[in-house]
Amino acid sequence: MALSREQIAQRVANELKDGYYVNLGIGIPTLVANFIPDDIEVMLQSENGLLGMGQFPTEEEIDADLINAGKQTVTMAAGASVFDSAESFAMIRGGHVDLTVLGAFEVDANGNIASYMIPGKLIKGMGGAMDLVAGADNIIVTMTHASKHGVSKLLKNCTLPLTGKGCIKKVLTDLAFIEIKDGKFHLLERAPGVSVEEIIKLTEGELVVTGDIPEMKL
Amino acid sequence: MAGFDKVVSSYEEAMAGLTDNMTVISGGFGLCGIPENLISEIKRKGTKGLTLVSNNCGVDDFGLGVLLPNRQIKKIVASYVGENAEFERQMMAGELEVELTPQGTLAEKMRAGGAGIPAFFTATGVGTPVAEGKEVRNFNGRDYILEEAIVGDFAIVKAWKADRYGNLVFRKTARNFNPLAATAGKITVVEVEEIVEVGELDPDQIHTPGIYVNRLIQGTFEKRIEQRTTRPADPQAVKGV
Repeated sequence: MALSREQIAQRVANELKDGYYVNLGIGIPTLVANFIPDDIEVMLQSENGLLGMGQFPTEEEIDADLINAGKQTVTMAAGASVFDSAESFAMIRGGHVDLTVLGAFEVDANGNIASYMIPGKLIKGMGGAMDLVAGADNIIVTMTHASKHGVSKLLKNCTLPLTGKGCIKKVLTDLAFIEIKDGKFHLLERAPGVSVEEIIKLTEGELVVTGDIPEMKL
Repeated sequence: MAGFDKVVSSYEEAMAGLTDNMTVISGGFGLCGIPENLISEIKRKGTKGLTLVSNNCGVDDFGLGVLLPNRQIKKIVASYVGENAEFERQMMAGELEVELTPQGTLAEKMRAGGAGIPAFFTATGVGTPVAEGKEVRNFNGRDYILEEAIVGDFAIVKAWKADRYGNLVFRKTARNFNPLAATAGKITVVEVEEIVEVGELDPDQIHTPGIYVNRLIQGTFEKRIEQRTTRPADPQAVKGV
Protein backbone atom coordinates (compact mmCIF):
# COMPACT_ATOMS: atom_id res chain seq x y z
CA MET A 1 0.00 0.00 0.00
CA ALA A 2 1.22 3.45 -0.85
CA LEU A 3 1.85 5.62 2.22
CA SER A 4 -0.71 8.25 3.23
CA ARG A 5 0.39 11.85 3.70
CA GLU A 6 0.52 11.22 7.46
CA GLN A 7 2.63 8.09 7.02
CA ILE A 8 5.11 9.93 4.81
CA ALA A 9 5.40 12.55 7.57
CA GLN A 10 5.78 9.79 10.15
CA ARG A 11 8.66 8.17 8.24
CA VAL A 12 10.42 11.55 7.84
CA ALA A 13 10.09 12.08 11.60
CA ASN A 14 12.26 8.97 12.13
CA GLU A 15 15.13 10.94 10.57
CA LEU A 16 14.94 13.67 13.24
CA LYS A 17 17.69 13.73 15.83
CA ASP A 18 17.87 15.27 19.28
CA GLY A 19 18.99 18.91 19.07
CA TYR A 20 18.11 19.37 15.40
CA TYR A 21 17.04 22.76 14.02
CA VAL A 22 14.56 21.87 11.26
CA ASN A 23 12.78 23.80 8.50
CA LEU A 24 9.54 22.20 7.33
CA GLY A 25 8.02 23.27 4.02
CA ILE A 26 4.35 23.70 3.21
CA GLY A 27 2.11 20.63 2.79
CA ILE A 28 3.24 17.14 3.85
CA PRO A 29 6.45 18.48 5.48
CA THR A 30 4.34 20.57 7.88
CA LEU A 31 2.74 17.35 9.15
CA VAL A 32 6.14 16.07 10.33
CA ALA A 33 5.72 18.31 13.38
CA ASN A 34 2.92 16.00 14.55
CA PHE A 35 5.27 13.00 14.77
CA ILE A 36 8.30 14.37 16.61
CA PRO A 37 9.29 11.62 19.07
CA ASP A 38 8.66 12.57 22.71
CA ASP A 39 12.18 11.67 23.82
CA ILE A 40 14.01 14.19 21.61
CA GLU A 41 14.10 17.99 21.37
CA VAL A 42 13.68 19.56 17.93
CA MET A 43 13.32 23.26 17.15
CA LEU A 44 11.33 24.31 14.09
CA GLN A 45 12.50 27.22 11.93
CA SER A 46 9.95 29.15 9.91
CA GLU A 47 11.64 31.29 7.27
CA ASN A 48 9.38 34.32 7.77
CA GLY A 49 11.38 34.92 10.95
CA LEU A 50 10.68 32.47 13.76
CA LEU A 51 12.86 29.85 15.42
CA GLY A 52 10.97 27.69 17.90
CA MET A 53 7.56 27.41 16.28
CA GLY A 54 4.91 26.00 18.62
CA GLN A 55 1.50 24.42 18.12
CA PHE A 56 -1.44 26.05 16.41
CA PRO A 57 -3.07 28.58 18.78
CA THR A 58 -6.37 28.07 20.53
CA GLU A 59 -9.12 30.47 19.43
CA GLU A 60 -8.16 32.75 22.37
CA GLU A 61 -4.44 32.69 21.57
CA ILE A 62 -4.73 33.75 17.90
CA ASP A 63 -2.38 36.62 17.10
CA ALA A 64 -2.33 38.21 13.64
CA ASP A 65 1.32 39.15 14.22
CA LEU A 66 2.37 35.51 14.64
CA ILE A 67 2.27 33.28 11.58
CA ASN A 68 4.41 30.63 9.90
CA ALA A 69 5.79 30.62 6.36
CA GLY A 70 2.52 29.05 5.15
CA LYS A 71 0.75 32.13 6.58
CA GLN A 72 -1.01 29.98 9.18
CA THR A 73 -1.48 31.33 12.69
CA VAL A 74 0.93 29.61 15.11
CA THR A 75 2.36 30.00 18.61
CA MET A 76 5.92 30.19 19.91
CA ALA A 77 7.46 27.34 21.89
CA ALA A 78 9.47 28.06 25.04
CA GLY A 79 12.92 29.27 23.98
CA ALA A 80 11.69 30.73 20.70
CA SER A 81 13.21 33.76 19.00
CA VAL A 82 11.98 36.11 16.27
CA PHE A 83 14.07 38.01 13.72
CA ASP A 84 13.92 39.69 10.34
CA SER A 85 13.98 37.96 6.94
CA ALA A 86 17.68 38.64 6.23
CA GLU A 87 18.64 37.05 9.55
CA SER A 88 16.35 34.13 8.80
CA PHE A 89 18.03 33.43 5.48
CA ALA A 90 21.47 33.94 6.98
CA MET A 91 20.62 30.89 9.10
CA ILE A 92 19.43 28.99 6.05
CA ARG A 93 22.10 30.01 3.52
CA GLY A 94 24.82 29.83 6.13
CA GLY A 95 24.10 26.13 6.65
CA HIS A 96 22.96 26.45 10.27
CA VAL A 97 19.71 24.50 9.78
CA ASP A 98 20.28 20.77 10.37
CA LEU A 99 17.45 19.39 8.25
CA THR A 100 15.16 20.79 5.58
CA VAL A 101 12.03 18.94 4.45
CA LEU A 102 10.21 20.19 1.38
CA GLY A 103 7.92 19.10 -1.43
CA ALA A 104 8.54 18.96 -5.18
CA PHE A 105 6.86 18.41 -8.55
CA GLU A 106 9.89 16.50 -9.92
CA VAL A 107 13.35 15.38 -8.90
CA ASP A 108 15.95 13.76 -11.12
CA ALA A 109 18.85 11.33 -10.84
CA ASN A 110 21.34 14.22 -10.81
CA GLY A 111 19.81 15.65 -7.65
CA ASN A 112 17.98 18.45 -9.45
CA ILE A 113 14.63 19.60 -8.07
CA ALA A 114 11.69 21.42 -9.70
CA SER A 115 9.04 22.70 -7.35
CA TYR A 116 7.99 26.27 -8.04
CA MET A 117 6.32 26.69 -11.39
CA ILE A 118 4.57 24.94 -14.27
CA PRO A 119 4.98 27.25 -17.28
CA GLY A 120 1.65 28.46 -18.64
CA LYS A 121 -0.26 26.78 -15.82
CA LEU A 122 0.93 27.58 -12.35
CA ILE A 123 3.17 30.52 -11.46
CA LYS A 124 3.21 31.15 -7.75
CA GLY A 125 6.89 31.62 -7.08
CA MET A 126 9.70 29.91 -5.23
CA GLY A 127 9.25 31.63 -1.87
CA GLY A 128 12.18 30.44 0.23
CA ALA A 129 12.63 27.08 -1.49
CA MET A 130 15.59 28.10 -3.69
CA ASP A 131 17.48 29.45 -0.68
CA LEU A 132 16.64 26.35 1.35
CA VAL A 133 17.89 23.86 -1.24
CA ALA A 134 21.02 25.94 -1.91
CA GLY A 135 21.84 26.41 1.75
CA ALA A 136 21.08 23.06 3.35
CA ASP A 137 23.23 19.96 3.15
CA ASN A 138 20.66 17.63 4.68
CA ILE A 139 17.45 17.81 2.66
CA ILE A 140 14.58 15.34 2.40
CA VAL A 141 12.13 15.82 -0.45
CA THR A 142 8.64 14.44 0.16
CA MET A 143 6.40 13.80 -2.83
CA THR A 144 4.20 11.26 -4.55
CA HIS A 145 6.25 8.85 -6.65
CA ALA A 146 4.09 9.28 -9.75
CA SER A 147 1.11 11.29 -10.96
CA LYS A 148 -2.45 9.96 -10.72
CA HIS A 149 -1.99 8.78 -14.30
CA GLY A 150 1.12 6.78 -13.41
CA VAL A 151 3.65 9.24 -14.83
CA SER A 152 6.89 9.09 -12.85
CA LYS A 153 8.11 12.17 -10.97
CA LEU A 154 11.55 10.64 -10.37
CA LEU A 155 13.12 11.43 -13.72
CA LYS A 156 16.31 11.14 -15.74
CA ASN A 157 16.11 14.91 -16.18
CA CYS A 158 13.63 17.36 -14.72
CA THR A 159 11.33 18.87 -17.35
CA LEU A 160 10.11 21.89 -15.34
CA PRO A 161 12.14 25.00 -14.40
CA LEU A 162 14.58 24.06 -11.63
CA THR A 163 14.44 25.22 -8.03
CA GLY A 164 17.95 23.90 -7.41
CA LYS A 165 20.69 22.03 -9.20
CA GLY A 166 22.45 18.93 -7.88
CA CYS A 167 21.32 19.53 -4.31
CA ILE A 168 18.94 16.67 -3.47
CA LYS A 169 20.28 13.46 -1.90
CA LYS A 170 17.20 11.96 -0.25
CA VAL A 171 13.63 11.50 -1.49
CA LEU A 172 10.75 9.98 0.42
CA THR A 173 7.75 9.14 -1.72
CA ASP A 174 4.53 7.31 -0.98
CA LEU A 175 6.25 4.18 -2.32
CA ALA A 176 9.92 4.36 -1.41
CA PHE A 177 12.82 5.96 0.43
CA ILE A 178 15.49 6.74 -2.11
CA GLU A 179 19.03 8.09 -2.06
CA ILE A 180 20.53 9.99 -4.99
CA LYS A 181 24.23 9.59 -5.70
CA ASP A 182 26.52 9.30 -8.71
CA GLY A 183 23.71 10.28 -11.08
CA LYS A 184 21.45 7.41 -10.02
CA PHE A 185 18.55 6.70 -7.70
CA HIS A 186 19.34 4.06 -5.05
CA LEU A 187 16.43 2.23 -3.43
CA LEU A 188 16.86 2.15 0.36
CA GLU A 189 13.41 1.15 1.65
CA ARG A 190 9.99 0.38 0.24
CA ALA A 191 6.57 1.23 1.67
CA PRO A 192 4.92 -1.74 3.46
CA GLY A 193 3.36 -4.07 0.89
CA VAL A 194 4.87 -2.28 -2.13
CA SER A 195 7.04 -4.46 -4.36
CA VAL A 196 10.43 -3.53 -5.79
CA GLU A 197 9.02 -4.17 -9.28
CA GLU A 198 6.26 -1.63 -8.73
CA ILE A 199 8.83 0.99 -7.69
CA ILE A 200 11.07 0.23 -10.69
CA LYS A 201 8.07 0.57 -13.00
CA LEU A 202 7.22 4.04 -11.65
CA THR A 203 10.81 5.37 -11.58
CA GLU A 204 11.91 6.87 -14.90
CA GLY A 205 15.50 7.61 -13.87
CA GLU A 206 17.95 4.74 -13.36
CA LEU A 207 17.15 2.94 -10.10
CA VAL A 208 19.82 0.85 -8.41
CA VAL A 209 18.47 -2.03 -6.32
CA THR A 210 21.08 -3.75 -4.15
CA GLY A 211 20.17 -6.92 -2.24
CA ASP A 212 16.94 -7.29 -0.30
CA ILE A 213 15.14 -3.99 0.13
CA PRO A 214 13.62 -3.70 3.61
CA GLU A 215 10.11 -2.41 4.29
CA MET A 216 9.87 0.95 6.06
CA LYS A 217 9.28 0.95 9.80
CA LEU A 218 6.59 3.42 10.78
CA MET B 1 12.36 73.31 14.85
CA ALA B 2 11.55 69.72 14.09
CA GLY B 3 15.00 68.34 14.90
CA PHE B 4 14.75 64.58 14.87
CA ASP B 5 10.98 64.50 15.27
CA LYS B 6 9.72 62.39 12.34
CA VAL B 7 6.00 62.49 13.10
CA VAL B 8 3.70 63.71 10.34
CA SER B 9 0.04 64.49 10.85
CA SER B 10 -1.67 62.90 7.84
CA TYR B 11 -1.28 60.03 5.41
CA GLU B 12 -1.29 62.55 2.59
CA GLU B 13 1.78 64.16 4.12
CA ALA B 14 3.31 60.74 4.78
CA MET B 15 3.28 59.81 1.07
CA ALA B 16 3.90 63.30 -0.33
CA GLY B 17 6.34 63.27 -3.25
CA LEU B 18 5.40 59.82 -4.52
CA THR B 19 5.03 60.18 -8.28
CA ASP B 20 4.40 57.94 -11.29
CA ASN B 21 7.02 55.32 -12.25
CA MET B 22 8.79 55.31 -8.88
CA THR B 23 10.09 52.21 -7.09
CA VAL B 24 8.42 51.40 -3.77
CA ILE B 25 9.77 48.79 -1.34
CA SER B 26 7.22 47.39 1.09
CA GLY B 27 7.63 45.38 4.28
CA GLY B 28 5.30 42.50 5.18
CA PHE B 29 4.97 38.76 4.70
CA GLY B 30 1.63 37.75 3.22
CA LEU B 31 -0.77 40.04 5.08
CA CYS B 32 1.33 39.99 8.27
CA GLY B 33 3.06 43.25 9.17
CA ILE B 34 1.97 45.17 6.08
CA PRO B 35 1.69 48.98 6.02
CA GLU B 36 -2.07 48.84 5.41
CA ASN B 37 -2.84 52.55 5.52
CA LEU B 38 0.19 53.63 3.49
CA ILE B 39 -0.94 51.21 0.78
CA SER B 40 -4.46 52.69 0.95
CA GLU B 41 -2.96 56.15 0.53
CA ILE B 42 -1.10 55.04 -2.63
CA LYS B 43 -4.41 53.71 -3.95
CA ARG B 44 -6.14 57.01 -3.10
CA LYS B 45 -3.41 59.05 -4.79
CA GLY B 46 -3.75 56.92 -7.91
CA THR B 47 0.01 56.91 -8.60
CA LYS B 48 0.72 54.74 -11.65
CA GLY B 49 3.57 52.83 -13.29
CA LEU B 50 4.99 51.75 -9.94
CA THR B 51 7.66 49.12 -9.49
CA LEU B 52 6.84 47.34 -6.25
CA VAL B 53 9.37 45.32 -4.29
CA SER B 54 7.69 43.12 -1.71
CA ASN B 55 7.75 39.45 -0.72
CA ASN B 56 4.09 39.06 -1.81
CA CYS B 57 1.39 41.11 -3.51
CA GLY B 58 -1.43 40.83 -1.00
CA VAL B 59 -4.82 39.30 -1.83
CA ASP B 60 -7.52 40.59 -4.18
CA ASP B 61 -9.06 43.10 -1.77
CA PHE B 62 -6.34 43.66 0.83
CA GLY B 63 -2.68 44.56 1.02
CA LEU B 64 -0.80 45.50 -2.15
CA GLY B 65 -3.51 43.66 -4.15
CA VAL B 66 -5.70 46.78 -3.87
CA LEU B 67 -3.34 48.57 -6.28
CA LEU B 68 -4.08 46.07 -9.07
CA PRO B 69 -7.64 46.97 -10.24
CA ASN B 70 -6.60 50.51 -11.26
CA ARG B 71 -3.43 49.19 -12.91
CA GLN B 72 -1.13 51.17 -10.64
CA ILE B 73 1.61 48.53 -10.67
CA LYS B 74 3.86 48.18 -13.71
CA LYS B 75 6.24 45.63 -12.25
CA ILE B 76 6.54 43.58 -9.10
CA VAL B 77 9.64 41.98 -7.62
CA ALA B 78 8.45 39.23 -5.25
CA SER B 79 9.14 35.66 -4.13
CA TYR B 80 5.58 34.37 -3.99
CA VAL B 81 2.52 35.71 -5.75
CA GLY B 82 -0.20 33.11 -5.13
CA GLU B 83 -3.64 33.80 -3.57
CA ASN B 84 -4.50 36.64 -5.93
CA ALA B 85 -6.79 36.13 -8.95
CA GLU B 86 -6.49 39.62 -10.45
CA PHE B 87 -2.72 39.40 -10.15
CA GLU B 88 -2.68 36.14 -12.07
CA ARG B 89 -4.96 37.57 -14.75
CA GLN B 90 -2.78 40.66 -15.31
CA MET B 91 0.39 38.57 -15.32
CA MET B 92 -0.97 36.03 -17.82
CA ALA B 93 -2.27 38.86 -20.02
CA GLY B 94 1.20 40.46 -20.02
CA GLU B 95 -0.14 43.62 -18.36
CA LEU B 96 2.05 43.17 -15.31
CA GLU B 97 5.75 42.41 -15.27
CA VAL B 98 6.81 39.95 -12.57
CA GLU B 99 10.37 39.31 -11.45
CA LEU B 100 10.28 36.22 -9.25
CA THR B 101 13.11 36.48 -6.75
CA PRO B 102 14.06 33.91 -4.09
CA GLN B 103 12.95 35.06 -0.65
CA GLY B 104 16.41 35.12 0.92
CA THR B 105 17.88 36.88 -2.10
CA LEU B 106 15.09 39.48 -1.91
CA ALA B 107 15.81 40.12 1.77
CA GLU B 108 19.54 40.42 1.07
CA LYS B 109 18.93 42.75 -1.92
CA MET B 110 17.11 45.13 0.46
CA ARG B 111 19.73 44.75 3.19
CA ALA B 112 22.56 45.41 0.73
CA GLY B 113 20.70 48.36 -0.79
CA GLY B 114 20.33 49.94 2.62
CA ALA B 115 23.93 49.18 3.57
CA GLY B 116 25.59 50.71 0.52
CA ILE B 117 26.64 47.38 -0.99
CA PRO B 118 25.79 47.37 -4.72
CA ALA B 119 25.74 43.58 -5.27
CA PHE B 120 26.58 40.25 -3.65
CA PHE B 121 27.25 36.63 -4.61
CA THR B 122 24.88 33.86 -3.55
CA ALA B 123 24.51 30.16 -4.33
CA THR B 124 20.73 30.55 -4.32
CA GLY B 125 19.35 30.09 -7.83
CA VAL B 126 22.49 28.71 -9.50
CA GLY B 127 21.46 26.55 -12.47
CA THR B 128 17.85 27.81 -12.36
CA PRO B 129 15.93 30.44 -14.38
CA VAL B 130 16.89 32.98 -11.69
CA ALA B 131 20.54 32.77 -12.83
CA GLU B 132 19.80 33.74 -16.44
CA GLY B 133 21.93 36.69 -17.56
CA LYS B 134 23.78 36.92 -14.26
CA GLU B 135 27.52 36.70 -13.68
CA VAL B 136 28.68 33.38 -12.21
CA ARG B 137 31.79 33.20 -10.07
CA ASN B 138 33.39 30.18 -8.45
CA PHE B 139 34.56 30.48 -4.83
CA ASN B 140 36.18 27.49 -3.10
CA GLY B 141 34.88 25.07 -5.71
CA ARG B 142 31.28 26.24 -5.72
CA ASP B 143 29.39 28.44 -8.19
CA TYR B 144 27.64 31.63 -7.06
CA ILE B 145 25.61 34.20 -8.98
CA LEU B 146 25.89 37.97 -8.70
CA GLU B 147 22.71 39.61 -7.43
CA GLU B 148 22.27 43.38 -7.39
CA ALA B 149 21.01 45.41 -4.44
CA ILE B 150 17.69 47.27 -4.48
CA VAL B 151 17.09 50.84 -3.37
CA GLY B 152 13.58 52.29 -3.42
CA ASP B 153 12.46 55.85 -4.09
CA PHE B 154 10.14 55.12 -1.19
CA ALA B 155 10.06 52.38 1.44
CA ILE B 156 6.81 51.76 3.29
CA VAL B 157 7.08 50.02 6.64
CA LYS B 158 4.84 48.78 9.44
CA ALA B 159 6.27 48.66 12.98
CA TRP B 160 4.63 48.08 16.34
CA LYS B 161 5.94 50.99 18.39
CA ALA B 162 8.11 54.00 17.75
CA ASP B 163 9.31 57.06 19.58
CA ARG B 164 9.00 60.45 17.91
CA TYR B 165 12.60 60.15 16.61
CA GLY B 166 11.58 57.12 14.54
CA ASN B 167 13.32 54.47 16.63
CA LEU B 168 11.32 51.33 15.87
CA VAL B 169 10.24 48.17 17.66
CA PHE B 170 8.57 45.34 15.74
CA ARG B 171 6.33 42.64 17.12
CA LYS B 172 6.71 38.86 16.58
CA THR B 173 6.68 37.71 12.94
CA ALA B 174 5.25 41.06 11.80
CA ARG B 175 8.92 42.07 11.69
CA ASN B 176 9.84 40.00 8.56
CA PHE B 177 10.99 42.30 5.71
CA ASN B 178 10.14 45.56 7.52
CA PRO B 179 13.53 46.41 9.09
CA LEU B 180 15.24 45.67 5.74
CA ALA B 181 12.79 47.78 3.76
CA ALA B 182 13.29 50.59 6.29
CA THR B 183 17.00 50.81 5.44
CA ALA B 184 16.52 50.72 1.66
CA GLY B 185 14.25 53.69 0.94
CA LYS B 186 15.47 57.10 -0.22
CA ILE B 187 12.40 58.20 1.70
CA THR B 188 11.31 55.73 4.38
CA VAL B 189 7.79 56.12 5.70
CA VAL B 190 6.75 54.14 8.77
CA GLU B 191 3.33 53.58 10.29
CA VAL B 192 2.98 52.23 13.81
CA GLU B 193 0.36 51.26 16.35
CA GLU B 194 1.76 53.52 19.04
CA ILE B 195 4.08 56.51 19.20
CA VAL B 196 5.75 57.18 22.56
CA GLU B 197 7.84 60.07 23.81
CA VAL B 198 11.58 60.13 23.22
CA GLY B 199 13.37 58.29 26.03
CA GLU B 200 10.54 55.84 26.71
CA LEU B 201 11.96 53.03 24.56
CA ASP B 202 14.85 51.04 26.01
CA PRO B 203 17.80 51.64 23.63
CA ASP B 204 18.79 47.98 24.03
CA GLN B 205 15.42 46.89 22.65
CA ILE B 206 15.27 49.07 19.52
CA HIS B 207 15.26 47.00 16.31
CA THR B 208 15.62 49.84 13.78
CA PRO B 209 17.37 53.10 14.77
CA GLY B 210 15.61 56.30 13.75
CA ILE B 211 18.39 57.31 11.35
CA TYR B 212 16.69 55.19 8.67
CA VAL B 213 13.27 56.77 9.14
CA ASN B 214 12.10 59.97 7.41
CA ARG B 215 8.39 60.09 8.25
CA LEU B 216 6.35 58.48 10.97
CA ILE B 217 2.60 58.22 11.51
CA GLN B 218 0.32 56.44 13.95
CA GLY B 219 -2.49 54.39 12.42
CA THR B 220 -5.19 51.88 13.18
CA PHE B 221 -4.92 48.45 11.61
CA GLU B 222 -7.29 45.71 10.50
CA LYS B 223 -4.54 43.03 10.66
CA ARG B 224 -6.37 40.55 8.50
CA ILE B 225 -5.40 36.88 8.93
CA GLU B 226 -4.81 34.78 5.79
CA GLN B 227 -4.91 31.26 7.27
CA ARG B 228 -6.73 31.06 10.57
CA THR B 229 -5.55 27.73 11.99
CA THR B 230 -6.37 26.70 15.53
CA ARG B 231 -6.24 23.75 17.88
CA PRO B 232 -9.02 22.88 20.30
CA ALA B 233 -8.66 24.44 23.74
CA ASP B 234 -8.81 20.91 25.23
CA PRO B 235 -5.21 20.08 26.22
CA GLN B 236 -5.81 16.36 25.58
CA ALA B 237 -6.33 17.03 21.86
CA VAL B 238 -3.70 16.10 19.25
CA LYS B 239 -0.58 18.20 19.16
CA GLY B 240 -0.58 20.54 16.17
CA VAL B 241 2.24 22.28 14.37
